[in-house]
Amino acid sequence: MTDQPWNLRESYTYDRNVIAEIRRAANTGIYRIRGWGAKRELPTLDDLVFLGASMSRYPLEGYREACGTDVTIGADTSENPVQLDIPITIAGMSFGSLSANAKEALGRGASAVGTSTTTGDGGMTPEERGHSTKLVYQYLPSRYGMNPDDLRKADAIEVVVGQGAKPGGGGMLMGQKITERVAEMRTLPEGIDQRSACRHPDWTGPDDLEIKIIELREITGHRVPVYVKVGAARPYYDTALAVKAGADAVVVDGMQGGTAATQDVFIEHVGIPTIAAIPEAVRALQDLDVHRGSVKLIAAGGIRSGADVGKALALGADAVSIGTAALIAIGDNDPKYEADYNALGTSAGYWEDFQAGNDPAGITTQDPELSARLDPVIGGRRLANYLKVLSVEAQTIARACGKSHVHNLEPEDLAALTVEAAAMAKVPIAGTSWIPGQG
Amino acid sequence: MTATTLDLSTSTLREVNGTLHAATAGSFTITHPRGAHALAAGIDAAIDVEIDGPVGYYCAGMHKTGTVLVKGNASTGLAENIMSGTVRITGNAMMSAGATGCGGLLVIEGNAGARCGISMKGVDIVVGGNVGHMSAFMGQAGNLVVLGDAAEDLGDSLYEVDIFVRGSVASLGSDCVEKEMRPEHVDTLTRLLAVADMDADPADFTRYGSARTLYNFHVDDIDAELAAGGAS
Repeated sequence: MTDQPWNLRESYTYDRNVIAEIRRAANTGIYRIRGWGAKRELPTLDDLVFLGASMSRYPLEGYREACGTDVTIGADTSENPVQLDIPITIAGMSFGSLSANAKEALGRGASAVGTSTTTGDGGMTPEERGHSTKLVYQYLPSRYGMNPDDLRKADAIEVVVGQGAKPGGGGMLMGQKITERVAEMRTLPEGIDQRSACRHPDWTGPDDLEIKIIELREITGHRVPVYVKVGAARPYYDTALAVKAGADAVVVDGMQGGTAATQDVFIEHVGIPTIAAIPEAVRALQDLDVHRGSVKLIAAGGIRSGADVGKALALGADAVSIGTAALIAIGDNDPKYEADYNALGTSAGYWEDFQAGNDPAGITTQDPELSARLDPVIGGRRLANYLKVLSVEAQTIARACGKSHVHNLEPEDLAALTVEAAAMAKVPIAGTSWIPGQG
Repeated sequence: MTATTLDLSTSTLREVNGTLHAATAGSFTITHPRGAHALAAGIDAAIDVEIDGPVGYYCAGMHKTGTVLVKGNASTGLAENIMSGTVRITGNAMMSAGATGCGGLLVIEGNAGARCGISMKGVDIVVGGNVGHMSAFMGQAGNLVVLGDAAEDLGDSLYEVDIFVRGSVASLGSDCVEKEMRPEHVDTLTRLLAVADMDADPADFTRYGSARTLYNFHVDDIDAELAAGGAS
């Protein structure tokens, strides 16, 4: 072991990141804006483990027996419910924040495995619609590009109240990415630093939202489901109110959820972790007697693996949604562009400046030359492969727990490794029957 | 041609809206609206609809192509996200009338509540009376004409909307300023008053618009200045 020199002891309070940020703020006079999601250590689904079957539980044959992964949303309200083959969807990310090729890759990958992708704060592009067999159209406070024609082309509508990276905040797209096409779609002057509204312009609470959802259903002829997406802050009440407003699905996005651009202080300090949000949302659905029934729960925020998928479902979600992981799958932070990342003062694996518009991987950019680096067909294949792995991993775990459908996973299949995780997830500490706060 | 009567006391909202959505031409009169929500929302054809009575939220929402005349008052979100065509109301409209409207014409003969024209994206709105606070908030494109007075914070965080007010303005919102009324603006206002069938002299109006100081973040860079030999 090498001793650290006594005169190079780093302050825990003022570490290198803190010092760099103070210096950056002092130089520029503007808060740090960046992409990605929370980077600091948070309680995560990693703090849970599955209790695989043994003597008291009977596993299914891991490679042979059926284990369902399908999800249906809106069966009770919609002429055309959304039917997903796997319980993993692609989260809303706008054209504008992402290149057209990236949106196409997401659509191709999701479609190949029978799941949905989602528009974002910038409207629906023909490329995205054309390459997505199941496309969820976001209805955001800004209403950029919103029109009834696209609304009627959607397979579902997602009313966005908030997102995990910034509950209570509006979208942001910096001027470098407000190109002529993006500006036209959003009816904005080219090159402005767009800061979207954080509140919907024509409704202010759950009673209003109920009427808004009626309007959306009327305009679309009650053909497609309506989701409500919230950033995880008060998930019990937000979920209950979304159900009261008539949602077919509630999307709860934890603070690990990513963004294309927002204030660092928002990303790191607003909202609650996904592991804490899911059980509270489930409790609301259970109290209203709609859990695993007429209203589905889609959990998001830091979902990376089939283990995360399985844990989210075991806690009570019906499906999960991925954003950051999907971008990594199609090529974000690819080491083959290391020299380009270095030229930007960073490195592959650390790149977070999605707002800057100069993404070496050609994903979070509107630069035509950089965008051309991403082959949407190859990107789509990579995403499809990744989604298959997540799904099969979740199935593998479900079978090991003796479940013939991933939705049969339950909190009883889990144990927590930390007191915090046990308290948040409301499952016992491993090796005990103790759940903090429950006696 | 005789208008088809749709009676909301004997038909459901879905039946009435379904009939309007299925129509490709013709005139319709909706009776007994009784404050129904989302009435005549999603019209997408060159039809004429008259509503005899008060309507609830989101009447004529996402309207396209045809005309809707409301003989009465409207609640929140009248003609929200209107794309084209005309929506006219003889009475007053509550909050967020014409919100996010992308095109077409909205005429409110009475007063409009708060946030009239919020986030408007190309619609023309003519209000015979007054407008409430934060009207045209974050308005991106189009014109808002107010024959009466405007309440506080008019045009807050405005982009490229032109606001014409004949009466008083309680206060202007952030980045909204009084602007010169050039000939092209007089032409626009004259045209809008005419199509809205409003009797007013364009010379009596004041134009307001964006100072455009909020379009981009203001970023200092002391280190770069020092490196270049400047800064103090």
